[in-house]
Amino acid sequence: MTPGVAKRGTTLAAIAAICATLVAATYQLTAARIAANEQAWLENSLKPALGDVDYEGSITAAKLVLEPPHGLPGNDVAIIYRAYSGGVPVAALFAVTARGGYAGPIRILVGIEADGAITGVRILEHRETPGLGDGIEESRSDWVHQFYGRSLGDPPVTGWNLEADGGDFDQLTGATVTPRAVIKAIRETLIYFDTNREEIFDMPATAESL
Amino acid sequence: MTSGHFIDRLQTGLWRENPGLVQLLGLCPLLAVTSTFINGFGLGVATLGVLTCSSVLVSATRRWILAEIRVPIYVLIIASLVTCTELIFKAWFPALDRSLGIFIPLIVTNCAIVARAELFASRNGVAASFFDGLGMGTGFALLLMAIGLFRELIGKGSLFADFHLLFGGEALAGLVIVDGGWLLAVLPPGAFFSLALAVALKNYLDGKRGAARRT
Repeated sequence: MTPGVAKRGTTLAAIAAICATLVAATYQLTAARIAANEQAWLENSLKPALGDVDYEGSITAAKLVLEPPHGLPGNDVAIIYRAYSGGVPVAALFAVTARGGYAGPIRILVGIEADGAITGVRILEHRETPGLGDGIEESRSDWVHQFYGRSLGDPPVTGWNLEADGGDFDQLTGATVTPRAVIKAIRETLIYFDTNREEIFDMPATAESL
Repeated sequence: MTSGHFIDRLQTGLWRENPGLVQLLGLCPLLAVTSTFINGFGLGVATLGVLTCSSVLVSATRRWILAEIRVPIYVLIIASLVTCTELIFKAWFPALDRSLGIFIPLIVTNCAIVARAELFASRNGVAASFFDGLGMGTGFALLLMAIGLFRELIGKGSLFADFHLLFGGEALAGLVIVDGGWLLAVLPPGAFFSLALAVALKNYLDGKRGAARRT
């Protein structure tokens, strides 16, 4: 063995140990705050899609995590949050992925009341073009508001398309691809809800917290 | 070293060898996050903190760091500091952390930081390295803020929007100068144009100063 290798190795190990301690200490110090932030962020981002539905407890507690294939839009994990009031299901929230956008998957949240009417649609994550496709964001335009209160019968399935495609819903100025992908995902979610309504509310939660 | 040297170090980082304008280091985060002032500010301050700390630590341990193992040790020190920064951002500025996304952990790959460790901190005292890191970091952060300010103004017509990401409270639209803007500025090409304009402006000012000195 070359002389000095042991010394270098020891120095490296010692510095690695010091660095690891530093990171571990910071983690200990911040872990609780970070978990609380994540939880609060999740609750806050879910709430708007529930509209004015009254429910009891935390919506994140009764969560279903569905691995593909699950019949919902997108080929990655779909999450269903369920809201109850006095043990009676009042609404379900679907976090699903819309494919066919301009720049990768669009993660959307669709809130559906127990009777099938939409309580709200929100965009969780997307990489669409700023100024054009990002009008799907609630903070940029009121495009997502047009779905409020609509259901699978209003309009019928064939109407769940953009006006440009012979449907009932507005597109965005300068953007067709993005809204088309979002509407398709909403339509598929509504159909899924319609066929699986009972199972959705009866299944035991797959995860307690986050 | 006298205080004159320290001021000289600061000037070097802020202007003469500004990591973004002259050395053209760390361009990936510089171009990617500067779509608004507040994003530039957040990443700039995070980079400044990591750079200053890493310069001090590398300089303080330089006696024990043998040449053969110096690079893994720089990587260890910088990666630990960045991980801590990321955790701190997640805990206290969660909204800004979301807005900056992957670019906080990617401070690790900012070559401006490892360049200062290799070129300066490993060869100079702790105080000098501190001022070098502070100067270089501030120079980088100011450039991020300036480009963010410029792109936000041209692209969105606003100034200092989304301050709540950093300081909490209500969502603020900032100072709206004109409604809407020239979208190109906030898209990726706008970042390149803005940086090019900044580099050109610096060269122009330096050229003017050099000409004044000669006459």
